[in-house]
Amino acid sequence: MLLGAASDGWLWWDWVSRHVASSPVSLSLIDALREHASLTVLSVAIAQMISLPLAVAASRWRALENVALSVLGVVYTIPSLALFAFLVPITGLSRTSALIGLTAYNLLVMVRNDIAGLASVPADVKEAATGLGLTTGRRLVTIEIPLALPAIVAGIRVATVSTVALVPITALIGQGGFGQFINAGLQNLFKTPLVVGIACSIALAVLADLGLVALERRISPWSRARSAPQAARAAVAPQGGKAAPT
Amino acid sequence: MTGLLAGIVGDTARWLSAGEHWHGEQGIPNRTAQHVLLSAVVLLVAAAVALPLGLWLGHRGRGATLVVALANVTRAVPSFGLIVLGVVAFGIGSGPVLVALVVLAVPPILVNASTAVSEVDADLKEAARGQGLSELQLLRQVEVPASIPLILAGLRTAAVLVVATATLAAVVPGVGGLGPYIVDGIGQQDRPKAVAGAVLVAGLAALTEGMLAVVQRLATPPGLRTAVGRARRHRSDGW
Repeated sequence: MLLGAASDGWLWWDWVSRHVASSPVSLSLIDALREHASLTVLSVAIAQMISLPLAVAASRWRALENVALSVLGVVYTIPSLALFAFLVPITGLSRTSALIGLTAYNLLVMVRNDIAGLASVPADVKEAATGLGLTTGRRLVTIEIPLALPAIVAGIRVATVSTVALVPITALIGQGGFGQFINAGLQNLFKTPLVVGIACSIALAVLADLGLVALERRISPWSRARSAPQAARAAVAPQGGKAAPT
Repeated sequence: MTGLLAGIVGDTARWLSAGEHWHGEQGIPNRTAQHVLLSAVVLLVAAAVALPLGLWLGHRGRGATLVVALANVTRAVPSFGLIVLGVVAFGIGSGPVLVALVVLAVPPILVNASTAVSEVDADLKEAARGQGLSELQLLRQVEVPASIPLILAGLRTAAVLVVATATLAAVVPGVGGLGPYIVDGIGQQDRPKAVAGAVLVAGLAALTEGMLAVVQRLATPPGLRTAVGRARRHRSDGW
């Protein structure tokens, strides 16, 4: 789509080809991909490890649900650059700061979806499971969580796509993944790294989303019929019309 | 850890209360005004584009899928990249940043308006048509009032998004606003400045969210207010 041979064009392929391989001295697409993907996967995974137990607890105690959603809602409103600025004095211009910030934003979407998923398990199914002699813990693991999977995975999808789009901002605290290319484009007013950075970031978000859809179909084939529209809705406005974190 | 936190809070409070940070072009009042003005202009332009389009799409009842798909794609676009793209494409200045922010603000307004209008009760629309309302009257007197809460929710989401993302405009020289406190503060390793900037930006975002939540409640027609609140009251009052 954007073709150009000169250095002032939108995409200078020669420059791109010199910045693919891993390098300790210059920008590299491989290194950027590794950083972008690992920040995304880690923050989503950590957020899920926190949010699922939290959602289980919240579906037992209503008061906890209200408190958790209010606190996470406030965190969600904090602009990302401000959140990173709060973290830098404590954890420095580090990967840890980036991870804490990204994880914090994922929590709201994931806790909401996990709670909704657990609440969607029909009462008679739970009763039947108890009637079969399952303990509360076994019922949770073998019945409730599997049935809540479509909503849980919808939460993971929303969180993953918005995290991939948010990682570039961490270039301002020395991380950034493909955001380093965007930053290089800004510093030198040079279009090629900017275009490459944006395109790779979008491509990674789209591929990750497609991968998660495929994964969802494999692990919960029974949900195929209803999960698609449900997930599509969630992906636009995670309950209550919240936009992506900013 | 506690000592570190107390130190940060103290330094930040001192920075925020220092008289010299409250005067002049670089002062907090002027920078806040710049931030608010930029955000307001962006929101107005975005609403002027997205509201009529969203209402029209919702009224037609088609094209909603396309809008949703479009909004999904924009979620994947890094806002940092979009702002830099505006600058690299059109030059340094407030104009390109404004364009980039408008692009980000349009989807939530568009999606909420079109979804809200298209989901207005079909019986209600049929009754209105039966009473002889024209299509424009139907939109103005039935569909828009019935979907006001969701339309305003979209504007609120967009407003908070714009206030937050306008902070990123600090990477562009000369745009101003509150963002430069953070970006320069981090760059100059001036921690009190960066954290104070973060406090101001987070406060402004929270204030925007809170004020528009009040507006949303006040502008909701009384008939819908009960319908919206019913779910919550159901739990406490039991009716």
